[in-house]
Amino acid sequence: MLEVKDLVVEVSERRVVNGVSFKVDAGELAVIMGPNGSGKSSLAYAIMGHPQYKVVSGSVIIDGVDYTSRPTHERALAGLFLGFQNPVEIPGVNLYMLLRSVLNKKMGRTDISEYVEGLEKRVRNEAILIGLKEELLERDLNMGFSGGEKKRSEILQARVIRPKYIILDEPDSGLDVDGVRSVADYIKEALYAGSSVILITHYPRVVEYVSPSKVYVMYRGRFVAEGGLELIDKINREGYRWLEAVGVESAGT
Amino acid sequence: MKALELDEQIYIEGVSYPKEVELRGRISKGLVEEISRLKNEPEWMTRHRLRALEYFEKAPMPKWLTGIWSIDLDEISSYYIKPAHPKAEKWEDLPEEIRRIYEKLNLPETYAKYLAGLTTVLDSESVYTTMKDLLKDLGVIMVSMEEAVQKYPDIVKQYFGRVFPYTDHKFAALHHALWSGGVFVYVPRNVRIPYPVEAFFFIGSELEGQFEHTIVVTDENSEITFIEGCSAPRLKTFSFHDGMVELYAHQGSRLNFVTVQNWSRDIVNFNNKRGIAERNAIIEWIEGSIGSKITITYPSTILKGEYAKTNSTVVGIANGPFIKDTGSKIVHAAPYTSSRVVSKSISAKRGINIYRGMVQVNKGAKGAKSFVQCESLILDKDSKSYTYPIIHAFENDADIAHEATTARISEDQLFYLKSRGLSERESLSLMILGFIRDVFPRLPFEYVSMLTKVIQLEFSEMGGVG
Repeated sequence: MLEVKDLVVEVSERRVVNGVSFKVDAGELAVIMGPNGSGKSSLAYAIMGHPQYKVVSGSVIIDGVDYTSRPTHERALAGLFLGFQNPVEIPGVNLYMLLRSVLNKKMGRTDISEYVEGLEKRVRNEAILIGLKEELLERDLNMGFSGGEKKRSEILQARVIRPKYIILDEPDSGLDVDGVRSVADYIKEALYAGSSVILITHYPRVVEYVSPSKVYVMYRGRFVAEGGLELIDKINREGYRWLEAVGVESAGT
Repeated sequence: MKALELDEQIYIEGVSYPKEVELRGRISKGLVEEISRLKNEPEWMTRHRLRALEYFEKAPMPKWLTGIWSIDLDEISSYYIKPAHPKAEKWEDLPEEIRRIYEKLNLPETYAKYLAGLTTVLDSESVYTTMKDLLKDLGVIMVSMEEAVQKYPDIVKQYFGRVFPYTDHKFAALHHALWSGGVFVYVPRNVRIPYPVEAFFFIGSELEGQFEHTIVVTDENSEITFIEGCSAPRLKTFSFHDGMVELYAHQGSRLNFVTVQNWSRDIVNFNNKRGIAERNAIIEWIEGSIGSKITITYPSTILKGEYAKTNSTVVGIANGPFIKDTGSKIVHAAPYTSSRVVSKSISAKRGINIYRGMVQVNKGAKGAKSFVQCESLILDKDSKSYTYPIIHAFENDADIAHEATTARISEDQLFYLKSRGLSERESLSLMILGFIRDVFPRLPFEYVSMLTKVIQLEFSEMGGVG
């Protein structure tokens, strides 16, 4: 189980997450929605342990172990994965190299450049499956990738790494219908395999294909509403304007 | 032939080190004669040494030397007089640091002992014997320089000091006076050697002496890839190295010369490397420098014949308060010659990389093309990288391009890699390997594999980035 307890996060002394709690169990899909700037990505960064996202109070617990003050890579090795909304360019490193290093690391090898049996074939197959052009596997990571290609590359990495707790930050924005469907397929598969997925989005087209166990609405650094599919319907109908009233109210409590 | 003009100034700003090299002690004529006598050299070589010594004494100190505080000629003399320096003899006597690295590299103990200089002969490696036999069958001469002087004086005379004469500069003269060790390679006409030759393993310690002199000659339409040095850390007992490599690629031949140096961090490594390429010949330099305190080396090529080509790849890693003063110098001395230089430098923990390159297009060298690309990766704010390209073009149609880029590694890039499960240092070494990996396809597989491990180890104790 991934558990986030009363998390308060600051970036350069500005509060971006203001007391958020939630849990996801094996096979569960949690959807976190909210307008731009409500703190969704900050929450994801803080859970993953970005050094600029300082946890003021609260905790991040993975399978009962408190990871709040542990480094990012240990969280990753404990099964956490973040699919970035806008992944950074990594010159010189392509998907093969990255995944070879990660798999070596997961196998406990000290030389992360060692050959990994069957890796290239597996990566190629996954790429075909999610519609990522094969030539991109050898290109420097995210350099000259289109928005959609970046999203697919994030999903590809998750498919190969097979994490237990997968945070996907806006995985469907900028994707065509096929792309959205392949993200949904991946989520279904991951859930079926017993992983948990936390889907962060402000407009979840993916939800047309998968059904969440829980839906949270985030606004001004807090969860201001919690429910099921009906919340998504409401947002689809009304947008986020109704939040202003809720936000003021919850800020006062 | 016009000698290479090395540039004259030191340009470094904000870094203080003396511009004058202090020379202590002296090299006596008697010492040089003694060296020659011990080697049982023919008279022409003795005379060559003495002329070089004479030139050394009167030549001015080069103004372009950086970071060398002083050179102790008495120490150099004593190196010859009593070669039995205190030296590790047993595995246990090696510095712990070196032992640990060898263990991490997972080297077989016999191999590690050899690298550490505990044994001078690497036996039980039948693969090298096979290679030796193959070369012999092909008529290739590959012997120590001493042996070559004895056995093949006529052919040695044609090349020794002809590509890099002692009159070039003070330390070239010192080298010619004191040279010892090195290898002589001659590849006969039309012989193409299908595998890279890792000479290190069958020439051994002589290839890495203090003043080793190496000559590689490819006769018409022949080919060789010659690898000297080794990327694993090497202990050295001297503090000043002044080696020389002369390459001569005859018409239509191809000569690839690869060096990776990872010596003790107290060595001033001065390396004089130059090649001459005749018509349609290709010289390729790959120069990697990981170790030493100061490395000064500018693999150079004189494109002497029409359509001659050269590729130069220079990789400098200054991880710690060390200086890598490298670069490639090219002289286009004939029409339609082309050159390509790629320099990659990595500076960390107060490391300094200096690229000092030169491209010269002589009058009459019409249609010359040159492309120079300098990429620097700087890992923290205490480290520096400087690029000083010099271009002398005496033909209007010369097509010369120079590109320079400097990259740093950002916190977000590291976070991204860490979010996949790699530690800080693993993320760093992955990015460093990524930075230099386009050099790898030019190297043999096992070589790349070793280099990859060495680089990972080199940066395994890196702290955070600034």
